[in-house]
Amino acid sequence: MAVPTGTTAPSRGEGQGPRPGSGRVREPRRTLKVGRGAVPYLLVLPALLLELLIHLVPMVVGIVMSFKELTQFYIRNWSQAPWKGLGNYRVAVDFHGAIGEALLRSFGITCAFTVLAVGLSWLFGTAAAILMQDAFRGRGFLRALFMTPYALPVYASVIIWAFMLQHDNGLVNHVLHDQLHLSSKPAFWLIGDNSFVSLVVVSVWRNWPFALLILMAGMQNIPDELYEASAIDGAGVWQQIRRITLPSLRPINQVLVLVLFLWTFNDFNVPAAGDLISIHIYQASFLTWNFGSGSAMSVLLLLFLLVVTSVYLALTSMKRRSHV
Amino acid sequence: MSSPAHRPPMARPMSFVWTRRIVLTLLGIFAALPVYVMLSTSLKPLQDVTEKFHWFPHRLTLRPYVDIWHTVPLARYFVNSIIVSAAATGLSVAVAIFAAYAVSRYRFKGKRVFTITVLSTQMFPGILFLLPLFLIFVNIGNVTGIALYGSRAGLIITYLTFSLPFSIWMLAGYMDSIPRGLDEAALVDGCGPLGALFRVVIPAAVPGIVAVAVYAFMTAWSEVLFASVMTNDTTRTLAVGLRGYSTQYDVYWNQVMAASLVVSVPVVAGFLLLQRYLVTGLTAGAVK
Repeated sequence: MAVPTGTTAPSRGEGQGPRPGSGRVREPRRTLKVGRGAVPYLLVLPALLLELLIHLVPMVVGIVMSFKELTQFYIRNWSQAPWKGLGNYRVAVDFHGAIGEALLRSFGITCAFTVLAVGLSWLFGTAAAILMQDAFRGRGFLRALFMTPYALPVYASVIIWAFMLQHDNGLVNHVLHDQLHLSSKPAFWLIGDNSFVSLVVVSVWRNWPFALLILMAGMQNIPDELYEASAIDGAGVWQQIRRITLPSLRPINQVLVLVLFLWTFNDFNVPAAGDLISIHIYQASFLTWNFGSGSAMSVLLLLFLLVVTSVYLALTSMKRRSHV
Repeated sequence: MSSPAHRPPMARPMSFVWTRRIVLTLLGIFAALPVYVMLSTSLKPLQDVTEKFHWFPHRLTLRPYVDIWHTVPLARYFVNSIIVSAAATGLSVAVAIFAAYAVSRYRFKGKRVFTITVLSTQMFPGILFLLPLFLIFVNIGNVTGIALYGSRAGLIITYLTFSLPFSIWMLAGYMDSIPRGLDEAALVDGCGPLGALFRVVIPAAVPGIVAVAVYAFMTAWSEVLFASVMTNDTTRTLAVGLRGYSTQYDVYWNQVMAASLVVSVPVVAGFLLLQRYLVTGLTAGAVK
């Protein structure tokens, strides 16, 4: 999926109050043929149409499908599929049934995976951004090196890690087992319980540079005077990090953590068999050819993400106001 | 990489300097290790990669770099990926510039709804609209004869919407940082809104535009899920085509790594060369 940068809409929207320059729209323009009120609408029209075609209409169709019994018999002619009401949803949340139980398990794994992966990505990104604030020899090189995993195409990263995690000829087992003798026999990293660790490591490897990039950009907006003033007051570098750098980054962290959360939770590109929710739903749809049930699960996932995002934004915005 | 070294050099305590050395070294190893594995494996003969892993190649060979073009039709996938990514990037940037200009410079009814709706599409799980979009494309093809399913055009318009929300958001932020007086002067001189956009705002927004173009290209170049459902043999992109190196019995790991390296070089080089624009764009607009 693309980077879900989405959710900062409220913060952008709030900045859109009356501006000194916006009055000019109402001035008559000779060259303007269309009514002047139409100009902004014409400008956003292409974007709007494309979003409607690719995202919004398919989403509505997806929601409709979730109420249908859309099995392989109806896939050629899906509008003829019989209605099923909430049947698909009932199956998905019946945690005593096989399907519901498997979905709940996958959901739990995804939650744990997301918390770990986002937490570590944020931690690595923050640490590196703070430590790279000063100019020092090799900083430019390090930054390029750190950014490389983020710039690599996702499928290439997945292939490389799948190779490194191979049981017989992978680097990970070679180091852990052959060289460090940490395990009595080579472990399986792509299947079984260990695959969870693999998922987290690979996700952090791919995503922490994004945190670094955003935080480095954010740090450039912290005025130097703050640091200079605190240095005169006798604050050391650790104190400056705690009292100036981290609090100044709070608004950016609000967005960053949310973006990382959505990105990680919907992650689809993983080297190991990890039963993440996106993959689970994909398999539930395409292996059993029951697209009604798959759609219902997707809608539930979307609802969950919507609720988490709203609650998160409400909570963090409240905290931000009371802090500032 | 010329980075704005805005912090004046200061005397740091040894505890800070050593923390920096240790932490950045560990992160450097973490980041570099898979890249090294990709490079070194791509230079080994196949026998050497199917047995135990070795840090250094015993026998160096460039053979995999020759073979990758024959094992799968890599050149065709390459061309497809270039066409799809370049077209999606160009269109996405153009559409985003217009929308961002409206969001940054106009007040209009529904603006908030527009920005929130467009941005929230990024929250949708891909699987929710993968199948519906597929069905819609097939239906459009049946009704109008415009082949979107299986064609590059379908993939292009799909990908351009993936990068659109971030591009609009970032460009609008960037345009907010361009003084309004500039385009007002152009309007006073008799330019229409489009004249002001093309003659004043776009030239001033070049760093932001470069940044979103880089982002859009990377997004399109890397996408796997929709590429695997929406393409056929002739329109297949690299994201799917690279699977061709694994057969039922064996994986040509050395060739996979060589191919991964070859397809990564354009985007990684482009990103690293242009990343300062990304930082500038983010600093000026989005991350305020």
